[in-house]
Amino acid sequence: MSMVQPLLEVNKLQTQFPTSSGIAKAVDDVSFSLAAGEILGLVGESGCGKTVTGFSILGLVDPPGRVVGGQVLFKGEDLLTMDTERLRAIRGNRLAMIFQDPMMTLNPVLRIDTQLIETLQAHQDISRAAAYDRALEALGEVGIAEPAQRLRAYPHQFSGGMRQRVAIAIALINRPDLIIADEPTTALDVTIQGQILALVQALCRERQMSLIWISHDLSVVAGLADRVAVMYAGKIVESGTVRATLDHPAHPYTRGLLGAIPALHERGSRLLPIPGTTPSLLNLPAGCAFADRCAQVHGACALPPPDFAVGHDGPSHRVRCWLNHANSPNRIADAAP
Amino acid sequence: MLVFLLRRLLQSGVVLLVMSLLVFVGIYAIGNPVDILISPEADQAEIARTIAAFGLDQPLWTQYLIYLQQAVRGNFGNSFVHGTPALALIVQRLPATLELACVALILAVSLGIPLGLWAGLRPASKSGRAIMGLSILGFSLPTFWVGLMLIMLFSVQLGWLPSNGRGATTELLGVPVSFLSWDGFKHLLMPAANLALFKISLVIRLTRAGTQEALLQDYVRFARAKGLRSARVVFVHVLKNILIPIVTVIGLEFGSLIAFAVVTESIFAWPGMGKLLIESINLLDRPVVVAYLLTVVALFVVINLVVDILYSLLDPRIRLSDQAD
Ligand SMILES: Nc1ncnc2c1ncn2[C@@H]1O[C@H](COP(=O)(O)OP(=O)(O)OP(=O)(O)O)[C@@H](O)[C@H]1O
Ligand SMILES: [Mg+2]
Repeated sequence: MSMVQPLLEVNKLQTQFPTSSGIAKAVDDVSFSLAAGEILGLVGESGCGKTVTGFSILGLVDPPGRVVGGQVLFKGEDLLTMDTERLRAIRGNRLAMIFQDPMMTLNPVLRIDTQLIETLQAHQDISRAAAYDRALEALGEVGIAEPAQRLRAYPHQFSGGMRQRVAIAIALINRPDLIIADEPTTALDVTIQGQILALVQALCRERQMSLIWISHDLSVVAGLADRVAVMYAGKIVESGTVRATLDHPAHPYTRGLLGAIPALHERGSRLLPIPGTTPSLLNLPAGCAFADRCAQVHGACALPPPDFAVGHDGPSHRVRCWLNHANSPNRIADAAP
Repeated sequence: MLVFLLRRLLQSGVVLLVMSLLVFVGIYAIGNPVDILISPEADQAEIARTIAAFGLDQPLWTQYLIYLQQAVRGNFGNSFVHGTPALALIVQRLPATLELACVALILAVSLGIPLGLWAGLRPASKSGRAIMGLSILGFSLPTFWVGLMLIMLFSVQLGWLPSNGRGATTELLGVPVSFLSWDGFKHLLMPAANLALFKISLVIRLTRAGTQEALLQDYVRFARAKGLRSARVVFVHVLKNILIPIVTVIGLEFGSLIAFAVVTESIFAWPGMGKLLIESINLLDRPVVVAYLLTVVALFVVINLVVDILYSLLDPRIRLSDQAD
């Protein structure tokens, strides 16, 4: 291809958890790529596999869960087959992650300065004094007042929002090329959510950092990301630029998330919640997993849906759905005499 | 901190008082020491004189009050049997028991924590399973039986280790200890291992359970996401967290090590407090038994205090002055 190499390229990633009642396919055939400096929003309902996708990229899936297939190319190197020491050297250094629940991410028995400094010393030969200065600076950058005092504190002496800022400072301290932020604001109250969002956005733009922002809220992603990928039951069902995807959502699920399902046969449009609940990952149907919640379900949906470019905004806007697909068995059947 | 210590001191005083009363009444109920102390041929007058000499003709509560009065001045009475101060008898035997308990504790920690960590990090491996299997054995086998088997094997069959006594002792800061001389060390090894066996198993299980729980915590995953080396994740992030419950339990178990030393001391004829206690109970030597129990209670109080302080040092979320109740 003539395009420059993407920073991150995920190909057909598959992660499964064996459970007593079968294999849970938490991530199934997920592919996307991310250029340097780009922000991707990864969106979907609770339990659709967003966090597991993030953990799979960093090699942090807990056994017995396992990445069973695919590639995660970071600057052209596959993180999944890389030796552990090389992967360790990249984690927290070039590729960092912020977790969902700030109350749980910091070690309760270690001081903040220890937790910052060890992150520096794991990746570079730096004196304690120099590392301390960097830690001080890092706390300042995420908007923590009186950083010198706060460095000596323990996590329980911080509020949730402050802890998330500390976690962000830790993730950013080695100036990574890519950050995976796993719903870092869901556990916080609304005003703090806005502050954290603005902070991460500003730091990314300033440093040309790439960002994967995981969220269940499309509206947050709309204001933040360049591109968006919508996940449902372990699969990406639609992806594209924010403009194309939000202005011309092609998958009924995306439209559902947007809150407005255009009722094709009625005048105007109605606001509707998506009926039903997410399916169990243990026994997904062979066809479309969204079929039994979809208002536009039809015969073809019993077959595995095709993944194709819908044409809005060139080849980058893709959808995994039989609707509007040229070779839909229904269309062929309709066209037959 | 000061308030905490003062409150603790007061509580300890109450505990000691209640304890002394219970023990006093308990021993009184067991039997009359006069029956043992006086030869059967003694005439009535002699018996009366002995009873009066020991103050046994007074009603129980008077005896207790007299005892308390003396105890406050540091006088716990003379042993009926030895005729020497009861407390001095206990203090004389204390170092042997403490040495045994300390060595057993060190064995429990230095073997239990590494083995437990290993088993927690690799629960499915052969070595992990083997460690757990052995710890179940250590839990279930009775101490006295293991002690006898050790003697059979190492003293009788192999002839490597002596089966009784303390061996040669060396003075360390004025206290006689066994572990500094080769002979003493050989005497110490088997009883200490015997006493430690149960605690090693306990520490292994605690450490393994703590490790497995900690490994699932977000902070451990985050530590790995930061790119820390696994040695740092295990020995700093995991270990520092699991040490909190381990230190608590081990500290409290130290008291029971001293209490269970009674069995081990009897089997290995280790000249400690436990052996003295058994002898004194047999002879209804009331002052010695009471002094022993009060000493053990005092040791427990000190141990609990040390555990609380260690706990607050390990866990930054705990402040000693906050523990109001
Ligand atoms: N340790 C595990 N064992 C078994 N199944 C798991 C485990 N972790 C995750 N899963 C499965 O993977 C699915 C995806 O989980 P994941 O945490 O990625 O969801 P999510 O999209 O991040 O949801 P949320 O918005 O609630 O965070 C879950 O539905 C769950 O069934
Ligand atoms: Mg999640």
